[in-house]
Amino acid sequence: MPINAPPPSVRVVTLRIDGLDLSAREDETIIEVCRENKIPIPSLCWMDGLSVVGACRLCMVEVTGQNRLLAACATRVAEGMEVTTDSEKLRRYRRTLVELLFAERNHVCSVCVSNGHCELQWLAEACGVDHVRMPYRNAGYGVDSSHEMFRVDHNRCVLCTRCVRVCDEIEGAHTWDLMGRGSDCQVITDLARPWGESDTCTSCGKCVQVCPTGALVKQGTSVGEMVKDQHFLPILARRRSTR
Amino acid sequence: MTLCTLPGTATMSRTISIDPVTRIEGHARISLQLADSGEVEDAKFHLTQFRGFEKFCEGRPYREMPALTARTCGICPVSHLLASNKACDDLLAVSIPPTAEKLRRIMNLAQLLQSHALSFFHLSSPDLLLGWDSDPAQRNIFGVMAQNPELAKQGIKLRQIGQTIIEMLGGKKIHPTWVVPGGVNEPLDSSKREAMLEMLPNALTIAKDTYALFKTMVPRFKDEAEHFGTMPTMFLSLVSPKGQLEHYDGFLRLKDAEGRIVEDMVPPSDYPRIIGEAVEDFSYMKFPYYKPMGYPNGIYRVGPLARLNNADSCGTPFADVALAEFHMLQEDSGPVRSSFHYHYARLVEIIFAIEMMQRLLKDQGILDTRVRARARGNRNEGIGVAEAPRGTLMHHYRIDDAGLISWVDLIIATGHNNLAMNQSIKQVADAYVDGNKLSEGMLNRVEAMIRCYDPCLSCASHAFGQMPLSIELKDAAGNTLDRLVRDA
Repeated sequence: MPINAPPPSVRVVTLRIDGLDLSAREDETIIEVCRENKIPIPSLCWMDGLSVVGACRLCMVEVTGQNRLLAACATRVAEGMEVTTDSEKLRRYRRTLVELLFAERNHVCSVCVSNGHCELQWLAEACGVDHVRMPYRNAGYGVDSSHEMFRVDHNRCVLCTRCVRVCDEIEGAHTWDLMGRGSDCQVITDLARPWGESDTCTSCGKCVQVCPTGALVKQGTSVGEMVKDQHFLPILARRRSTR
Repeated sequence: MTLCTLPGTATMSRTISIDPVTRIEGHARISLQLADSGEVEDAKFHLTQFRGFEKFCEGRPYREMPALTARTCGICPVSHLLASNKACDDLLAVSIPPTAEKLRRIMNLAQLLQSHALSFFHLSSPDLLLGWDSDPAQRNIFGVMAQNPELAKQGIKLRQIGQTIIEMLGGKKIHPTWVVPGGVNEPLDSSKREAMLEMLPNALTIAKDTYALFKTMVPRFKDEAEHFGTMPTMFLSLVSPKGQLEHYDGFLRLKDAEGRIVEDMVPPSDYPRIIGEAVEDFSYMKFPYYKPMGYPNGIYRVGPLARLNNADSCGTPFADVALAEFHMLQEDSGPVRSSFHYHYARLVEIIFAIEMMQRLLKDQGILDTRVRARARGNRNEGIGVAEAPRGTLMHHYRIDDAGLISWVDLIIATGHNNLAMNQSIKQVADAYVDGNKLSEGMLNRVEAMIRCYDPCLSCASHAFGQMPLSIELKDAAGNTLDRLVRDA
């Protein structure tokens, strides 16, 4: 769903995805059309109701006539476009990307409060990640448990920036942001102050609910008990766009 | 198996190394230092692997600790789960709902049942049934199946019942996450209760039959009973406020080798007053000792033998009869001192566990839906003590104000027995090891003595059946005099 309401004059295009002839509005992206038509494409950073960053690269697709893979979340549909969402090459790429996420930080599912309710875990299952082929970095990342209600565990963060965007675009607080580069990059609250000391955080919990992993969780939850509820987001996003 | 004797077997100071010790939970090595005369001078039990749980748990949220520390063990994760959650209850400063406590007790008893069944039937019965000198290729659970298929089947069934009850309660046989700080996260369903109650009479029949069989076998092992760890030690365990057999809560009791109570009704939170930990450079396992007597004089044993020695009674009908018979194993009126009788004590505890589970499941309030107390960290230090199948298990945590772990001390049941195991090896080696000639039967007895304690070393891997084994006799200069090799 586009965030902004479509103008009445919006055009409709026809395209083919995985051999299916489909029609879509010209302002839609490939991933939106796929979601509407129940064509599965994995994604971590994309979320209905938030702006697009194209950070995770898991939604890469093949488009006929293009000599490179394109991110389905950041590519608008076009008349006559032919898209392939599932191929041996794409499966290999996606599996490698998921493995790299596991190798970079410390996603130990068995002791995670989000175990069984984690989008990264589901993705790993879907991509057939039964083991990680590259060595784990085993670098220690911090845990900020200073907030009264929530906790951030940077070991489990995939840097999707959903928290950054929902806080800025939906809640309007812009408490979250990014700091550092490469594997040192991490999400921060205010100017890298402890979350519990943040002046801007409204404690609304939207960042926790949109987080795909066990990086942002509620305090007081034990292993496997953190279940995220993301239904609020498209509803709030539509209401804001039609104001 | 190949046996080769090397030239130059002149008597002088030598070391025999048994590496790895087989049919125990984890990996270990035994070394026997022989004097010039060929007699055993010293014996050491080496834990050769390093886990580091106490260190890498630092910085983690305390609510992760039950799942994290449960990973120390694939055989008895429930014990760690309970001790850890009790420590977390202490951090929350809450009293958990009575139904939650009963449910936790059932899971602990199911764990006791399955672990004791594993120890007795799968790991130790090959020695007891087939003999110390039998073919190593046959001396395992499959050999037991060939000789006494009914007993093997019953052992597997008994363990399965314990595992199934754990799964019914916690959703998983291994590493369930159902027990949480403050209680359990789901009440018991009546259909599950009925299913469990249906299984238990069969379990009790198997347990009583096995107990009756083993009673007839005990006189055959008079020699082993006299040499397998009969040294005078104290015995440490939890007992109920009434002094009865206890596995989940209660108070610490310490009895000496003569049966005199040295410490009684010690609150578990007071354990640092009586228990100290020493470190030796030959093992990664710590050496706990009774502080007032110092190290190494403060030697004590834990586990089924200690629990039965310390308990005034069991509190269930068949187990109480078995307890009375257990005490008759010792000719004087003192505690049963031979570590060989850990096997006997295990069978008594299996009977107790089944009877107690039946009683708890028939409790009127067991289906109550109030099973969790909710709170946040209200203390910076928490201690949880429970009886694991192998003995008293202690989890001790400190957290910062944000609820992150700043310090951990885990005193594992097998660790308490470390001093006793070392002394027992010395004793059994004195009796059976002829320093001038190595034999399979001699080494089997040294290993079998260790199995009496059912040590859980790595707590994660299970060395089952035949493992590669090499024993070498070396002279003081390091020359190999004799070598015994058993291939994997």
